Amino acid sequence: MLTEAEFVLIAREVKARTGALITREMSASAAVRLQPLARREGYASVSEMIASARIKPDGALWNAIADNLAQSETRFFRDRAQFEQLRAKLLPEALARRGHERARIWCAGCSTGQEAYSVAMILEDMRNEGLNPAAEILASDLSERLLDKARSGLYTQFEVQRGLPIRKLIAHFEKAGDLWRISDRLRAAVKFERHNLLHHPGQLGQFDIVLLAHVLISFDQPTRLAVLERVLDVLAPEGVVLLGAGETLPEGCEGLTLENGVVRRTGAARAAA
Amino acid sequence: MRRCLVVDDSRVIRKVARRILEDMRFEIEEAGDGLEALQACRRQMPDAILLDWTMPVMSGIDFLKQLRKEPGGDKPTVVFCTTENDVERIAEALKAGADEYMMKPFDGDILHSKFAEAGLI
Repeated sequence: MLTEAEFVLIAREVKARTGALITREMSASAAVRLQPLARREGYASVSEMIASARIKPDGALWNAIADNLAQSETRFFRDRAQFEQLRAKLLPEALARRGHERARIWCAGCSTGQEAYSVAMILEDMRNEGLNPAAEILASDLSERLLDKARSGLYTQFEVQRGLPIRKLIAHFEKAGDLWRISDRLRAAVKFERHNLLHHPGQLGQFDIVLLAHVLISFDQPTRLAVLERVLDVLAPEGVVLLGAGETLPEGCEGLTLENGVVRRTGAARAAA
Repeated sequence: MRRCLVVDDSRVIRKVARRILEDMRFEIEEAGDGLEALQACRRQMPDAILLDWTMPVMSGIDFLKQLRKEPGGDKPTVVFCTTENDVERIAEALKAGADEYMMKPFDGDILHSKFAEAGLI
């Protein structure tokens, strides 16, 4: 358990680095999640590690602490209805708009990669149906630890059984000891890159579809709005942002509609984009 | 209320599955091997079957092959629940008529997810 002073310090440092909120309810679980890091770094306890982080000038230890507290909850085809919409409507629309150019899809806050690989599986299925979906997928997260796992394409038996239909498992994965490895083809279909959503994503280019499901929930209201506005800056005029089931637009949003988890610009906002 | 037949030679697994499936509003019947399961199906076809592979008397795969030949045996949605986790085994189960496949160990989240994949919830 963290002391009140340790909790306040961690909450402040993590928010400054990632924007993520650490609430008091998360204090006990944060202490547990930091124990392996404390051991790896050679500290006798989490408290000793926090005391050391306070006096180390380079901030590397705080970065590692923030990384270890990064939100990692995800699953294949999470919010199934969203992926059905993606397959039936949003992807075909984006591909048609792009014509001969490649449609671009961004999984923002991709965690360990399941969502990005789910999109890659949909595109692969479209190819197998004789379509030729020209699209590229960029997946980003702040945490190198999570990105390393995503890039590896290796998942536990528990992970591949959450949300992934068995036919997709045997079509796209192979056994690798106790783990399951996603096919090289799908691994090559997703480009993983580190990106902090507190920063402007301009260098990533423009996107037709942005998956931002269950990401904004980590932030406070002003940060949610700021992150969404930055994402909209790199969204094509007719592009869409997907939120998670049950998520709402941040307070203060203007010129946007949200229907079935899909955020679109209103007509006037599209014209101005 | 929909009915699910839980087929496993482990009483513990049957008990765990029963608890989770009852929370998912299924009425549960249990069988300890494939033959018992076949007899239960001949009395009344369930809506769903959670099926172990390796069991005494009659294995899960032999039960499934026989079930699909029975009158009305094409109706139940069958979800394997087994320690068999080779791709070849999974493919064999699907070919025999399984709708979904779950590898042990499992928890409520996985069982829920697999029943959703199979269109049962």
